[in-house]
Amino acid sequence: MRHLIDPLDFSLEETDRLLALATDIIREPGRFAHLCDGRILATLFYEPSTRTRLSFESAMMRLGGKVLGFAGADMSSAAKGESVADTARMVSGYADIIAMRHFKEGAPYVASRYAGVPVINAGDGGHQHPTQTLTDLLTILRCRGKIGGTTIGLCGDLKFGRTVHSLIKALARYEDMRFVFISPDELKVPGYIVKEVVRPSGHPYESTRAMEDVMPQLDILYMTRVQRERFFNEEDYVRLKDSYVLTADKLRTAKPDLAILHPLPRVNEISPEVDDDPRAKYFEQARNGVFVRMALILALLGLAPEVLQERGA
Amino acid sequence: MLNIDSIENGIVIDHITAGLGMRVYELLELDKLDTCVAIIKNARSEKYGKKDIIKIEGVQNINLDVLGFIDTNATVCTIREGKLVSKGRPPLPKVLTNIISCKNPRCITSVEKVDQIFYLCDEKAHRYRCKYCEQEYKKDPAEGETV
Repeated sequence: MRHLIDPLDFSLEETDRLLALATDIIREPGRFAHLCDGRILATLFYEPSTRTRLSFESAMMRLGGKVLGFAGADMSSAAKGESVADTARMVSGYADIIAMRHFKEGAPYVASRYAGVPVINAGDGGHQHPTQTLTDLLTILRCRGKIGGTTIGLCGDLKFGRTVHSLIKALARYEDMRFVFISPDELKVPGYIVKEVVRPSGHPYESTRAMEDVMPQLDILYMTRVQRERFFNEEDYVRLKDSYVLTADKLRTAKPDLAILHPLPRVNEISPEVDDDPRAKYFEQARNGVFVRMALILALLGLAPEVLQERGA
Repeated sequence: MLNIDSIENGIVIDHITAGLGMRVYELLELDKLDTCVAIIKNARSEKYGKKDIIKIEGVQNINLDVLGFIDTNATVCTIREGKLVSKGRPPLPKVLTNIISCKNPRCITSVEKVDQIFYLCDEKAHRYRCKYCEQEYKKDPAEGETV
């Protein structure tokens, strides 16, 4: 039985096959509409989420399956002190597959060790968010027709943003990637990501504070939110926050086929005027989240056996 | 000079960093053996000045995986019929289970009783990460390191 806890749990080939399946689903959704008839997805969300939970539920419903679960720790037995391990064992009797979001890092991994059904990490604290990574990869693939051979600019909070770290790890496995890290010094990509992921991959990378300087080079611009609470003082935040707001003016030098991505929710880091630019792909990206989760559910339930290779439990 | 008999059959863990002998003894669970075990602390060492030594008589199949993590200086000598048949440094274990604990307060292991699992992420630098939250383990000499 396979789970998805870390974005790298699937090999590169498996990931590519999953993305191909998601593409098939986009093309011919009707062909997949009843593959999960009679199956149940449990969404165990110990902390609030809009996009991720709803996209999981939408994905299962579009496959003909049903959904049960809870949307907050206070609505579950966790409030009575039940362990993640016990919840996972118990829910395995109620559902065929589990999507878990938890505020503690590693909780879905614990669930996967005790559950009798596949477990999907739907976000564990500030740690991993593998289905967001798959969504990002699918969006890059859809925008460019390929993932490798891409110069990607990652902009904003590169220090604390879990989506950025997961995406870098996933992209580093593709060929001919080039990374451009755009952030204030305070929010630079952590040293261990550079040392353990980027450098060993052999892909060229550069760091800059100025988005405008690198804009013409980029094929993908991945925006993230610069959060006030990450700064030690208000002055620094005020000084830096506008440097990382994407406006129509800053896009003047960008390639015509640039794709702008954002994991959402955005606050003010992408000006609303950019929404009408055909290069803005972040709402399409959110939609892709449903298709990639449909593909993932099918793969983990063994309903698309071509995607994942069997491994030991 | 204290004299301990040499052993006929068994294992000698030599060149243990002085002061770590008891910790090695505990983590290898040598207290559970019913054979003769000698711990020599602060023995004279030409190379290091002082060292600890553990001699285990009559046993050769002890799981020494954790030794490489505790002390990279230690050497393991296997003795058969009074002769040294192998000598070497133990490799760094790929996985450590319930040897060290994660200090990340955001990690699930801070609230749930599960195995403490660390994996080797950088062999050269002897670095380990928590399997659950991926936080790197940092040795803190001020406190005990074992679970």
